[in-house]
Amino acid sequence: MKDRPHVAPFDPERLRAEFPALGIEVHGKPLVYLDNAATTQKPRAVLDRIVRYYEQENANVHRGVHALSQIATEAYEGARARIASFLGASGPDEIVFTRGTTESINLVAHGFARSVLGPGDEIVITHLEHHSNIVPWQLAAEATGAVVRVVPIDEDGTVDFDAYLDLLGSRTRIVSVSHVSNSLGTVNPVERFVRAAHEHGIPVLVDGAQAVAHAPVDVRALDVDYYCLSGHKMFGPTGIGALYGKAEALDRLPPWQGGGDMIASVSFAGTTYAAPPLRFEAGTPHIEGAVGLAAAIDFLGAVDRDAAAAHEAELVRYAHERLASIPGIRFIGTSPHKTAVVSFLVGSLHPYDVGTLVDRFGVAVRTGHHCTEPVMARYGIPGTVRASFALYNTKADVDALVEAVDRARRLLS
Amino acid sequence: MSLRSDHPALPRIREVVEEFSLFDDWTGRYEHLIEQARSLRPLDERHRVEANRVHGCQSQVWLVARVESGRVRFEADSDALITRGLVALLVRVFDGLEPADIAEADTDWMAEIGMQDHLSTTRKNGLDAMVRRLRTLAAASERGNPSNLPT
Repeated sequence: MKDRPHVAPFDPERLRAEFPALGIEVHGKPLVYLDNAATTQKPRAVLDRIVRYYEQENANVHRGVHALSQIATEAYEGARARIASFLGASGPDEIVFTRGTTESINLVAHGFARSVLGPGDEIVITHLEHHSNIVPWQLAAEATGAVVRVVPIDEDGTVDFDAYLDLLGSRTRIVSVSHVSNSLGTVNPVERFVRAAHEHGIPVLVDGAQAVAHAPVDVRALDVDYYCLSGHKMFGPTGIGALYGKAEALDRLPPWQGGGDMIASVSFAGTTYAAPPLRFEAGTPHIEGAVGLAAAIDFLGAVDRDAAAAHEAELVRYAHERLASIPGIRFIGTSPHKTAVVSFLVGSLHPYDVGTLVDRFGVAVRTGHHCTEPVMARYGIPGTVRASFALYNTKADVDALVEAVDRARRLLS
Repeated sequence: MSLRSDHPALPRIREVVEEFSLFDDWTGRYEHLIEQARSLRPLDERHRVEANRVHGCQSQVWLVARVESGRVRFEADSDALITRGLVALLVRVFDGLEPADIAEADTDWMAEIGMQDHLSTTRKNGLDAMVRRLRTLAAASERGNPSNLPT
């Protein structure tokens, strides 16, 4: 076990220096990176950890008796344990490695389609979900005759909690909600969602992709049945993520991909499957991704998370205040409970035009529907310009954004 | 792949390249692109329909073609200004040519006017899709069967 890292006083400038990609130039200008909801940059410690894995620890896991294979297995399983403690899980067996949040949700939706859902059963999601928390359930519904029910959102982007309570019923088999909206930044009161669902005996999946980089998450305090995360949105590598499931919630799911490592024994007469989490990890896993993700968790462990969250909240407040001075600005998503995301439109300008020109000024934002087309349809807009923050952003980044947006506006007007 | 040396679009492309070369920074080139967008005749509302949509663009793009005396006439529009500027240039360069010449249409020259960003892989789809659509409509018109003749 690694010693608990020293938590230094929070200093975004010092943290920035740990991210090599934040020092590059685009279009001849220093990069201002405000697309963290799409993916975060990676600290030196994560990059070094991946290199060290390949230089000194590379072997296949769970297979060999040779020393290197045991070192690789320890690194991989150690990463699982690190994720378990990061999320406050009861133990590493409650953590399944996946490619990311999308695969985590697909795994659960597939399992429910195979073993739980039937005609007329109901799946409850909300209107602000990412496509990855809509489409897997639509596929499950198509396969089983179940129905997807959608909780509406208010004008400010807050989920209508009373409407949610009304949708919970005897046919509801699962509730699947995001912790934080990727396009609006709304923070859902997940613990209230869970408590209400559990009163009906309904399990709850929480899509935590946009939450884990911004606030500590404790799955046992939330009492969620499933929690999904992506490594690359929390300073780790791409292609690795996790599904947390309570032991009994994972045990309920049948295998979903077949192959090596997920079996107890194989014969042509019939195959038996391993217990979770290995039941869901067919084939050689993304070992370097797992150890890289563990390094990202160690990085976060050395950060004063409360101070980081306060810093990000101040960036969001400051961004709203400064952008408000731009003529015609319209914010999409103004819930009092939001984090790290500022989505907006400028007059009648197309977000694609604004984003293209803002990029030329060296500021990376995302434009479009952000994989939440129903949210855009709800507001009757083609998309938004979205600035999304991480703990390494500063007020100078916000100033650069505001200047770039205003110059883009003048070019386009 | 570039256009053959006697392709009828080449003089028009040279003219466009020359115009854009008058600007020594990107803001000037984009302002000029936006002027192209503003001078493009808006597409009639009745043509701004799903059947005329070019997919693969972040903004909405519509493209229609008709044949006049053996030549293909294009009209196009977009709800985003920069995209509208790009389609205006495509129309300016390829409108009124014969179907066989449009079959060879490409976008390599966009790099020469500082619009190479729009040829990068994420956005290439959009511009590529527009040119593919030009070619498809031209080919259909050659068979006397344009897929979306305005009525």
